[in-house]
Amino acid sequence: MTSDIERPNRPALSLHVPEPNARPGDEIDFSHIVIPAAGSVRKPDVSASPAETHELVYSLVRVLDDDGNAVGMWDPRLDPDQLRRIYRDMVVVRIFDDRMYRAQRQGKTSFYMKSTGEEAVAVAAAHALDREDMTFPTYRQQGILVARGYPLRDMMCQVYSNRADPLKGRQLPIMYSSRDYGFFTISGNLATQYPQAVGWAMASAIRGDSRIASAYIGDGSTAEGDFHAAVTFAGVYRAPVILNIVNNQWAISSFSGIAGGDLTTFAARAVGYGIAGLRVDGNDPLAVFAATRWAADRARLNLGPTLIEMFTYRVEGHSTSDDPSAYRPKNAGAAWPLGDPIARLKQHLVVLGEWDDAREADLLETVEAEVRAAQREAEKQGTLVTSSIEFPQDVTTMFEDVFEQMPWHLREQQAQMVAELEAKRK
Amino acid sequence: MTVMNMIQAINSAHDVMMARDDTVIAMGEDVGFFGGVFRATEHLQKKYGSNRCFDTPISENGIIGTAIGMAAYGLKPVAEIQFADYIYPAFDQLVSEAARMRYRTAGEWNLSLTVRSPYGGGIFGGQTHSQSPESLFAHVAGLKTVIPSNPYDAKGLLIAAIEDPDPVLFFEPKRIYNGPFDGFFDRPVTPWAKHPKAEVPEGHYTVPLGKAAVVREGEAVTVIAYGTMVHVVLATIEAEGIDAEVIDLRTILPIDMDTIEESVKKTGRCVVVHEATRTGGFGGELSALVQERCFYHLEAPVERATGFDTPYPHSLEWAYFPGPIRIGTAIKKALEV
Repeated sequence: MTSDIERPNRPALSLHVPEPNARPGDEIDFSHIVIPAAGSVRKPDVSASPAETHELVYSLVRVLDDDGNAVGMWDPRLDPDQLRRIYRDMVVVRIFDDRMYRAQRQGKTSFYMKSTGEEAVAVAAAHALDREDMTFPTYRQQGILVARGYPLRDMMCQVYSNRADPLKGRQLPIMYSSRDYGFFTISGNLATQYPQAVGWAMASAIRGDSRIASAYIGDGSTAEGDFHAAVTFAGVYRAPVILNIVNNQWAISSFSGIAGGDLTTFAARAVGYGIAGLRVDGNDPLAVFAATRWAADRARLNLGPTLIEMFTYRVEGHSTSDDPSAYRPKNAGAAWPLGDPIARLKQHLVVLGEWDDAREADLLETVEAEVRAAQREAEKQGTLVTSSIEFPQDVTTMFEDVFEQMPWHLREQQAQMVAELEAKRK
Repeated sequence: MTVMNMIQAINSAHDVMMARDDTVIAMGEDVGFFGGVFRATEHLQKKYGSNRCFDTPISENGIIGTAIGMAAYGLKPVAEIQFADYIYPAFDQLVSEAARMRYRTAGEWNLSLTVRSPYGGGIFGGQTHSQSPESLFAHVAGLKTVIPSNPYDAKGLLIAAIEDPDPVLFFEPKRIYNGPFDGFFDRPVTPWAKHPKAEVPEGHYTVPLGKAAVVREGEAVTVIAYGTMVHVVLATIEAEGIDAEVIDLRTILPIDMDTIEESVKKTGRCVVVHEATRTGGFGGELSALVQERCFYHLEAPVERATGFDTPYPHSLEWAYFPGPIRIGTAIKKALEV
């Protein structure tokens, strides 16, 4: 398609489609990642104006240095017991993920998503919140449930969609929901939970409550309109909410540049909306804890929302249905220059003299046994059934909870389904 | 009893519920200080404070997304979408989130959420202020859709919607806000004051969701309509001298099939009327249900009188609008066989 009109001296336009700097077969190259020294970023007073945080959105809050020391103003100065609890919870998440990943490969469920390398983003943040605060997670913050002591067996029952699945087999594996544990139901439609979290926080403020909300979104889905709506509302109403962007660099196969990550930082979104913003090393559990606590304190003081970019790396595939070697160099996660959150906290505990090989061996043994025991208990309640009509749930429950009261058309369809299954069994 | 128009009745429903239940809040574009572009929330901010009645950014997905979060917290938000034509940015939040919250959480979370929206044509609003998108929502498992046709029902249904533990879409036919428009656009408009359904109790009452009303009993044919079309149908059969039974559906979903079946089995003929576009419209569902359940009582095929399958035109509104001629023709066709 060409125009007949002569337009001399104008260059042909060209479209820029961002490309990551390494594809399969290329050398892994993280040289573009700028890493400020741990402890080098100042910590604004909790009552600082949003503008006073805005230089931080181009930096990176880090507490743990390469030698495992906690340094600088952001050091949350946690006592060793709490550090060990955070460490333990992250270890539980990783072992849990490994076992459920294998269970999927063994055909016990349809789908699984690991959070390898991103455990701190969920676990350390959950430790920095109050137990009563409501979290609005994505599918990679299972660490919140673990940190809040949700039974591993019940998580597994959900993953297996079995008889004891709290969600009655209605949701894809890992789409947990637990009101009692302050874990909002996960949606597969990305970004929808972001305005919902803001609304929950607005309601808490309307009611003069003291609980806050904490929302999660991925780097990729910040491109959704719901992100813009959520941050706008949060800023306008000064909602008591923490808006976390987990920048793990990958949206399935699309690198963060496809979401605008090459243009500026995700934390810099805060500047345009006029709200507080922080950019945090998401693989540094102490930095995650400190930033979350700072944002939570602000929210509780009616100082409004904080947008936090948790800068991390998705070490594994997007899900069990994904093969990252098809679009990025193999073992990219192992080369991530900000390391592994579990290894880094362990190093810190060792430096403090609060951890050693014997305790590590003991912990791994205990957690492995705990996860194995939970899995045994969960599997007693069955695993996903895909080639039989001997369903784990009472099939008539399919029609429940569409509405509180079942209307006639659903009762009719329920009866039809029962008849179909009877015919099949004959 | 007070004489109210539709707007006053809707305003009164808010007022009654906000006074009774401090978890009820009103939100939307221009609904706060100004009281809404149609004034449905007038005086509420002054009376209940800006924490319970407030303006929102122009962001329908933000309005519904935050309202869902508020309902998840335990509030009963009444969110206004300024025109039904603007509801589509919120479609994902309504369809993927609000509709499924109870189901996907196995009853752990339910949303007592009401979404109000002025809807329908007849006001020279052009294609972006005239649409009737009810069938898009009736198609979604987990949503209730309500369309009142008069002030008494509007107030009672809106209170029932606010008290309902599930999300309800409440479409307000804006052409009848100020009077029961009968489709004769070339005749003077009568105000609500002369209509018996404009007598509205000042206090609390409900009109149950999921219950249709037989607004005129008759023997010759059953005409199913809702919203503005109820009045157009009544005027049409009066002009044509047809003894039709007229059902005002009031709630699109759940459908009150008992009332429809009883009537069609009596008359043996059925015409479905709506303002929305024809193909894939809710009339198709009604027609199928009548055919499935009343086939051996039917003397003639079920007829439909609807809007045409074009975008809503501006200057050609009275050619588009399903007025007395289109409806009269459909009824006569159903009677001729």
